[in-house]
Amino acid sequence: MPGTKEIRAKITSVKNTQKITRAMQMVATSKMRRAQERLRAARPYAEKMRAVIGNLTEANPDYRSPYLQRRTAVKAVGIIMVSTDRGLAGALNANVFKQTLLLIREWQGQGAAVKLCLVGAKGMAFFRRLDTPIVASVSHLGDRPHVKDLIGTVKVMLDAYGDGDIDRLFLVNAEFVNTMTQRPAVTQLLPLEPAEADAAREHWDYIYEPEAARILDALLIRYVESQVYRAAVENVAAEMAARMVAMKAATDNAGKLVEEMQLIYNKARQAAITKELAEIVGGASAV
Amino acid sequence: MAEPHTIQVDIVSAEGEVFSGAATMVFAPASQGDIGVAPRHAPLLSMLKPGEVRVQTPDGQEQFFFVGGGAIEVQPHRVTVLADTALRAKDIDEAAALAAKERAEEALKDRGGLITQAEALAELARAAAQLKIIARLRKVRS
Repeated sequence: MPGTKEIRAKITSVKNTQKITRAMQMVATSKMRRAQERLRAARPYAEKMRAVIGNLTEANPDYRSPYLQRRTAVKAVGIIMVSTDRGLAGALNANVFKQTLLLIREWQGQGAAVKLCLVGAKGMAFFRRLDTPIVASVSHLGDRPHVKDLIGTVKVMLDAYGDGDIDRLFLVNAEFVNTMTQRPAVTQLLPLEPAEADAAREHWDYIYEPEAARILDALLIRYVESQVYRAAVENVAAEMAARMVAMKAATDNAGKLVEEMQLIYNKARQAAITKELAEIVGGASAV
Repeated sequence: MAEPHTIQVDIVSAEGEVFSGAATMVFAPASQGDIGVAPRHAPLLSMLKPGEVRVQTPDGQEQFFFVGGGAIEVQPHRVTVLADTALRAKDIDEAAALAAKERAEEALKDRGGLITQAEALAELARAAAQLKIIARLRKVRS
């Protein structure tokens, strides 16, 4: 039986770990709430943008932006994958990687080349060991991603699409379903499916400043950026939820461990006392 | 005329809603010059320059919002300002794209370093195992 001192040291160490995991759980909980709020705040922009783009495409059937055109032959696809910067979030990143690998394999199976654009340090650490070319990356966005930090990475992919280097653009991120469930989600960013406009509306057109084509292209770029921003924010919410659950499990586990060790400690202590008593009694009777 | 002389104004950016409410008049820095929008303005779509959007509310007050650019959509009873959160210019965007590319290349360049580090760790583990075996053999012999 191990000595009481060793067990006590072990209990203290587990309790310290438990303190850390509990703190991380609470931090993740509050950060998750804030990320959810930001996710909600980003929604009106995307909705308004989609409505304007819908109106615009309907009013201008003659101009077809390259971002809206479906290319029949797909020679190459681009994938923007959002991952976290830090670990200790359960299987969150692993699931996103798995989904991305499936998507890569699917397109490579159809003879299309795949180009990756990675957001987040964990994704970079994983995919740089593989053969898929990585054309752009950004990491350490923190818990509050900003659109301006994402513009560069998105532009690389938009330019590649405009130049015909890629024919489709996908976005993979962890979707925040609820606190207990996060699952990888794949969205097609380009070509964009134009929003359904109400068919019964009478025909009208805008006054444009400058011409319609330039405005449409500028809006489409912003729309794609806002989608990537939404994905980054949603990924933060999912990360925090996953971490919260993982840390709760770790805290509970540590509690169980401490309980078990406390029992062993009590037994060891009792045994030591009994032994000492027996020795004293034995010594006394010998005298 | 029962119709109120106001127009619904929504100013939204990718990171959140900035303003939503009724106004009697809205001024915005459109790309071809500042514009004023009154209720029942003809449908208009324009890009915005960086500048300030002024909203006159029905109670006679005026509110100012800075926008870094973006777009404005006007319909007879509704104005939507899609504001940029970041300052946009062609060369700034270009530089950001270049930086993103460089980051990817740099991270890939590190790959060599990572492999040698992994190899070194494997080598170390092997040496440690060998030392352990030697120590055990010595114990047996002595």
